[in-house]
Order: sequence, then structure tokens, then C-alpha cells
Amino acid sequence: MEVLLSIAIGVLTACGVFLILRSRTFPVLLGLTLLSYAVNLFLFASGRLRIDAPPLIRAGASYADPLPQALVLTAIVIGFGMTAYLAILALRGLSESGADHVDARQE
Amino acid sequence: MIHAHAPILPLLLPLAAALLQMVSGHLPFQRAVGLLATGLLVLLTGWLTLLADDGLLRVYALGDWPAPFGIVLVVDRLAAGMTLLTAVLGFLVLLYASAGFDEEGLHFHPLFQFQLLGVLGAFLTGDLFNLFVFFEIMLLASYVLLAHGGGLTRTRAGITYVVLNLVGSAVFLIALGLLYGTLGTLNLADVARVLALPGYDRSLARLACALLVAVFVLKAGLLPLSFWLPHTYSAAGAPVAALFAIMTKVGIVAILRVQAVALAPAMPDLLDHWLTTLALATIVFAALGALAAARLRALAAWLVLLSAGTMLLVPAQASTEVSAAALYYLVQSTLAGAACFLLSDLIAAQRGKVADQFMAGPPLQATWLKVAFLVMATTAAALPPFSGFIGKLMLLSSLRSAAAAPVMWTVLLTSGFVVMAALARDGCYLIWKHKATARPLALEAIGWQRATAVLLLVAAGPLLALLARPLADYTARAAAQLHAPGGYVTGVLGASATNREAAP
Repeated sequence: MEVLLSIAIGVLTACGVFLILRSRTFPVLLGLTLLSYAVNLFLFASGRLRIDAPPLIRAGASYADPLPQALVLTAIVIGFGMTAYLAILALRGLSESGADHVDARQE
Repeated sequence: MIHAHAPILPLLLPLAAALLQMVSGHLPFQRAVGLLATGLLVLLTGWLTLLADDGLLRVYALGDWPAPFGIVLVVDRLAAGMTLLTAVLGFLVLLYASAGFDEEGLHFHPLFQFQLLGVLGAFLTGDLFNLFVFFEIMLLASYVLLAHGGGLTRTRAGITYVVLNLVGSAVFLIALGLLYGTLGTLNLADVARVLALPGYDRSLARLACALLVAVFVLKAGLLPLSFWLPHTYSAAGAPVAALFAIMTKVGIVAILRVQAVALAPAMPDLLDHWLTTLALATIVFAALGALAAARLRALAAWLVLLSAGTMLLVPAQASTEVSAAALYYLVQSTLAGAACFLLSDLIAAQRGKVADQFMAGPPLQATWLKVAFLVMATTAAALPPFSGFIGKLMLLSSLRSAAAAPVMWTVLLTSGFVVMAALARDGCYLIWKHKATARPLALEAIGWQRATAVLLLVAAGPLLALLARPLADYTARAAAQLHAPGGYVTGVLGASATNREAAP
């Protein structure tokens, strides 16, 4: 499970970084989304991986660390809002300059 | 009763104002609420600064959850002083923006309050994840404020700025995940406590701290990560750019705080060599940029970068004397930077099509603008007798005993000379070199709000020079408190915490 998760995080990060370095805004947006998925998984793993354990402390039962789950939730909400704003900004750039390049210039 | 809740009031006030402003889109109403709230904020943070000057650490546990488990706000002299600086800057900039800039787009006023909320929160919080949240509030508001007024330049600058900061946020989260995974806590005081104990993976913790510092220097504008700054700041509307003058300082204060509380006792060599070298490179870069700037607005952006580079020399020194001098320098350079942005807007409005570019144009009709420019330039170029000179003098004399003192002196003095030359040359263009126009331009009146805001910001140069003694005393006390991290840790966690076992 650890191996699977680390491979997933690695692949997502690599794809994300590759896409962020593209020159058009849409791939960059996708890249940021992939990167934020990778980061969320990473944050989740920072509380150690446990299967079949609720994030609640009960006597005698095993439990998962609830804090990283709360952090991931916050990070998801913030990342979602940011991505939505960037999409709007990219659309505005497209309509103003007629090109969807990151450094769009008036042709 | 009110004393117990003092630390959270500077956050509740802008939040309440922003919510109230969102109820009605009526502009005079939004202006009145914004100015009233920001004016109150100045009084409130002033009171908080007086309160914090007794040297006690005021810890506010939200929801009354004790420190390592809940989120805490921590007020010491540094945090209180920075909130006061933010409030004063915010009030003056809002006064300026209320004279017409806020009509150029929607929702300026609520976003302005949210921006203040983010900056104030970043100074006050004692929890690293909470710091991330306040950074995001600040950034999200700044993304929209940057685009305020519209136009392709702002959209372009906005896209690069947003993408860069989203990547920065991802790195911030990775650093926080690593810290939590290795140390089991994100409360800054608790991180400092655990870092001093054995029984965790040192190299991972070091990596996490290095990533954290990397994110802060991205916000502060250290050289390989600072190409966005002049570009973004000169594209933003003048009042927005003036408010952004405080944002690089958020990164710098965050580094200072993390360095003094957590890094200095546990891994004192983390910032050695590289930070000072890169800061010096930033200063050289910014000085060259100032020389090459074609507009006053761009010049102001380079000056902000220059002061950020100068401030970044400080954390690696880890010395009370240097930090004290740097805090004085921070206050005056923030106000001078903001003054330069607002002044560039007024000058641009007086010169028609030429705007604030450095070329011969119609003469300035308002004579006081020339005097204001002279005072601002004298302050920004660190010439006597104003506060820029005193700040730089204090910084230079405190850096005497540093390891690389000769190099720092050379770079700081040379860059100061270059900036002086640039400002002198550009002042000639703006004030003296006229091109005869067929008929005088029909100008709109400057208005008392703009005039007051600019005059007060420009007057900060002479005023802070007159008040140099009390202010320098305060920054010395703030630096002494900052560099006594034991007090911070026991203050936040309680005296018994140091004996508790290390978290897994």
C-alpha cells in the first residue's frame, strides 16, 4: 500500500510539473490540478496509512490520525477555489488577447 | 474582558467589515464602512502595540483548546508592531483608493478588507497550518485586486502570479506534511520544542524546514524566485501595488519568526551562506532594475524588491542588534515604497499621455507634487536627513561584526548610490524636462483624499526620522523578545510542556 501510494504521488507530481511547464494556460491549469491531487495524497499520508480505522478515538479500537484529514479538507477547498479563479483569469486572457499562451501578447 | 480577547479583534474587524460590505454593493456605503473599519483598526492595533510593549506574550487559544491541539494567535511586540504598520498603510491606501480607483471594477472594498485580514492573520498566528490558511486568504484577495481595473497587462501579470503562487502553496503543503509526518505537530512553539528533543528523522525535518523557508522567500522575492515581483507590482493599479508593499514583508517576518523560534536552537546552520549570498544578488539585481526602469511605477516595484533583498540579509545573522535595525528599516521602507507607488499615479495623471514614463512631457501643474517627489526620493535613496538614511545607517552599523561584513557594506552602499543616481535622473525628467504642448491639459482635480494619503505617506520619511529614537527603542525591544525563543515556547505551551514526552 505504501509503495502504491508513493508511486501514485510520484506520477501525479511528475505529470503535474510537466504540464505546468507548458506554454498554454489549459495544460498549466491541468498540471496545477494534478499537483494539488499529489499534495493532498501526500498530506493524507503524513498521518500514516491505516486501513479500516475511523478517525475517532474509541476505547480499545484502532484509529487513524484525524488531523491530516482535516488539513486535506482545507487544502482541497482552497485549491479548488484557486483553480476556479485561474480558469476564469485564463478565459479572460483568452478573450482579451485572442491567444491562450501564459504570456499572451496582443498580436 | 476585552483585554483577554485583544489578539483576535484585529482579525474580526476586517472580517466583519468585509461581510457588511458584501451585503450592499452601494459604493458610498462600502467606502464609509471600509474607512471606518480601517480607521478603527489603526486605533485597535495601536492599543495592541501599547499593550504588547509590557513584554508579556499574549496567547489567544481559539475555542479555548490548549496550545498544541488547538490553533493559537500569539501577540508579541513584533506581531503587534507589524499589525499597526499594516493598519496604517491600509488606512492611507484605502483613503486614496476611495477617490475613484474603487469605481474601476467590482468588489474592491470587501477584497481590500480580506487582504488586510490575511496579512494581519499571517502576523498574528502561532500555528504553521493556520499561517498557510492566512497566506491563502491574503493571496486570493491579492489575485483579484491585481486584476482590478482590467486590461491585458494585468491579466497577463495575474496569470503568472497566480500560477507561481499556486505552485508555492503546493510546496508549502508538502513542507507542512513532512513536518507533521516527522514531528507530529504544526504549532510553531511545539515544533520548536520537538526539534530540540531527540527521536525524529533529522534529515527529513531539515528538508521540511528548508522547503518552508523556500516558500517564504518566494513571497519575499529572493533572487531566483523574484522575477515575478517587478512585473506584477508595476502592472497592478497604484493603490493595490501600494498595499502589496506589505506583502513581501509578510514573507520576511515569517522567516524571521520561524528562524528565531524553531531553527536557531535546533538547526542554526540551515540559512548559512546561501540566504545571504542570494539576498546580496537580489540587491544587485534590484539596483540594476531600478536603473533600467522606464516608468516611475516600475522603479517603485524595483525599490520594493531592493528593500526585500536588504531585509533578507537579516535572518541568517540571527542577531538581536541586526534584527532591531532591520525592523526599523522595514517600517520606513514599506511606507516609502507605498508613497512611491501612489505618487507615481498622481504624477502620471498630471502628464497626460506620457504618464509616468521617464521622458520629457507636460510640466506638473501641482507644485507640491515636485516637493513630495523630492522628499520621497530622498527617503528611498537613503540620503540624509530622512528615515531611509537612518534605517540604512542602523543596518550597516549593526552588520559590522557579521562574517561577510565587507561584502555586505560594499553591495549596500553601491546599490544605494545606483538608486540615488536613478532617482536623480528620473526626477529630472519628471520635474524639469518639459515639452511644450499646444494647450495645457485639462486635468481632473487631485481631491483631498488622494492628497492627504500621499502627503501622509511621504511625510512618514521626515516623521520617522524625528521619531527615530522611540521607534528604534521599540524595535530593539521587539528584536530582543524575538530572539529569546524560550519565552515564546513556554509562553505558548505553558511551563510544564517542556517536560512532556516527544510526540511520535
